[in-house]
Amino acid sequence: MTQDVVTEGGPKRSARRRRRPLTFDRVSFMVVFLGLPLAVFVIFVVSPFVQALWYSLTDWSGFSSGMNFVGFDNYVKLFHDDIFLKAVRNNVELAIVVPIVTIVLALTLATLVTIGGSGTGTVRGLRNSGYYRIVSFFPYVIPAIVIGLIWAQVFTPASGILDAMLSKIGLHQFENYAWLGDARTAMPASMFVMVWGFVGFYMVLFIAAIRGIDPEVFEAARIDGAGRFRTAVSLVLPLIRDNVQTAYVYLGIAALDAFVYMQALNPGGGPQNSTLVMPQQLFTTAFTKGQFGYSTAMGVILAAVTMLFALLVFLVNALTGGRERKVRR
Amino acid sequence: MTTTADGAEVVAPSRAQGTGKREGKGVATTAHIALILWSLLVILPLVWTLLSSFKSTQEVLGNPLSLPGKLRFSNYANAWTTAGIGRYFVNTVVVVGVALVLVMVLGAMCAYVLARFTFPGNRLIYYSMLGGLTFPVFLAIVPLFFVLKNLSLLNTLPGLIITYVAFALPFTVFFLHSFFKALPGEVYEAAQIDGAGEWRSFFSVMLPMARPGMASVAIFNFLGLWNQFLLPVALNTNSNNYVLSQGMASFASQAGYAVDFGALFAAVVITVAPVLVVYIIFQRQLQVSVTAGGVK
Repeated sequence: MTQDVVTEGGPKRSARRRRRPLTFDRVSFMVVFLGLPLAVFVIFVVSPFVQALWYSLTDWSGFSSGMNFVGFDNYVKLFHDDIFLKAVRNNVELAIVVPIVTIVLALTLATLVTIGGSGTGTVRGLRNSGYYRIVSFFPYVIPAIVIGLIWAQVFTPASGILDAMLSKIGLHQFENYAWLGDARTAMPASMFVMVWGFVGFYMVLFIAAIRGIDPEVFEAARIDGAGRFRTAVSLVLPLIRDNVQTAYVYLGIAALDAFVYMQALNPGGGPQNSTLVMPQQLFTTAFTKGQFGYSTAMGVILAAVTMLFALLVFLVNALTGGRERKVRR
Repeated sequence: MTTTADGAEVVAPSRAQGTGKREGKGVATTAHIALILWSLLVILPLVWTLLSSFKSTQEVLGNPLSLPGKLRFSNYANAWTTAGIGRYFVNTVVVVGVALVLVMVLGAMCAYVLARFTFPGNRLIYYSMLGGLTFPVFLAIVPLFFVLKNLSLLNTLPGLIITYVAFALPFTVFFLHSFFKALPGEVYEAAQIDGAGEWRSFFSVMLPMARPGMASVAIFNFLGLWNQFLLPVALNTNSNNYVLSQGMASFASQAGYAVDFGALFAAVVITVAPVLVVYIIFQRQLQVSVTAGGVK
């Protein structure tokens, strides 16, 4: 492997290849620089992933000595497992709603900050918009579990601030309303918490993307008489399309996980499993019930759904005419 | 980006000055209101948490909107000692600190080799790292449990550290790869001609040149590792070794209504405050890093 060590001449590398002698320096270098990180990666990341595929085909309970190969029995069982199917549905709901709401909100706020300023003359952001950006970003530095715990307290009936504020403004029907304890509101409330946690981060990303647009484009639009709203919809949105797509994929993957948030808000899966997500069910099945084979099959399904989701986003984007890369930057 | 005297950030300078200032004011006001509302939505729960951290349990349960009767700093003492937040804090600092240093060193080394040397398998390694980035950790968590168990690393801090390193490695390599790729080859060649070996070229020449990239990844990794929840919850079940995130979760779920609510809120403040303060000080740098690392 080390025989072919060849240098590259920077970004525009020339095709020249020089064979280098095998010295102790070079051999030790490759072993340590490549071998060490790779060993860690293979042992703790690659091997568990590969093992998971195998375990999902067995009836392994983890602590018993033996395991039997059961083929696709686990998967067949999964498709008849009502609780798991409910969790899949919840995850799909999350993967659709959370990214859309987050992106719409983040884009709106980012647009206001960058081009919401005066309607004529220079295209500019609002006065002192830096403060909004700083504040909106707060949730990103707060651990997700803590975000969940804070909101769980906010939503708590009687002692939570939400019910107290609602009854203060005259909505007494919410006096003792359990937002997370009612099957109708548990999911929307949980979605809201996730959106609250994500918006600031994506707002900052979109602000950066909008700033990356060539200023002359804005100027031209302004001269042509485009207002702020028109500029945002017809100019900004198409130009940062790729960023939005990337954000959608990231957010969707985060929503397919959702473990931390749900664990903080409703560790038991919520009323009538209304907020149960696949990772929670996987975790319980593995570490509480000890059905390791069955739970890894859930992991495989989760991975498959994640891949499918990403594929779908790219497909939709391609079909609706994305990837006009020349326009960017 | 230029900033004007009134603090507005200008996207594009324009020669097209015009009238209609009044109409513009209305939109700007609406925009300000929308942004203020969102800011309040972000800040209010945090302020409420801070206030509640000084309340007694009775005050917390009794009237959520009231101010604390007096500032009970004892809540903080209780959270720190009785609830074990102090211990979890120390564990977190140790685990995140060591893991961060290790992943930066290993990640930089790996990215450097992958970016600047050609050898059979280079592509394969790079793409398998990308794969490690996209696959959900949940798929690996059960086998990982047994990998650590077989290595006698389960429920130990070193076990947690090495797992953190392994799972933060793909992102680190992926990010630094482009940085090392972009470094000029002439500098490396000059170092070689001057007699520096491969080790020396890396540590004395190439690594310092990648410093901006390293800083960005380090910030990113720090936040990621500090927030890590799944790995400790699954792989570190000895309560003496708890890290903050799982300690918080167990404190909140423990005993249901018997929770000392003042201390719970104090624990939240202890967890959030240090990072929030650091963020406010370094917010510009942090946002730049996040922007650089977040999209592509």
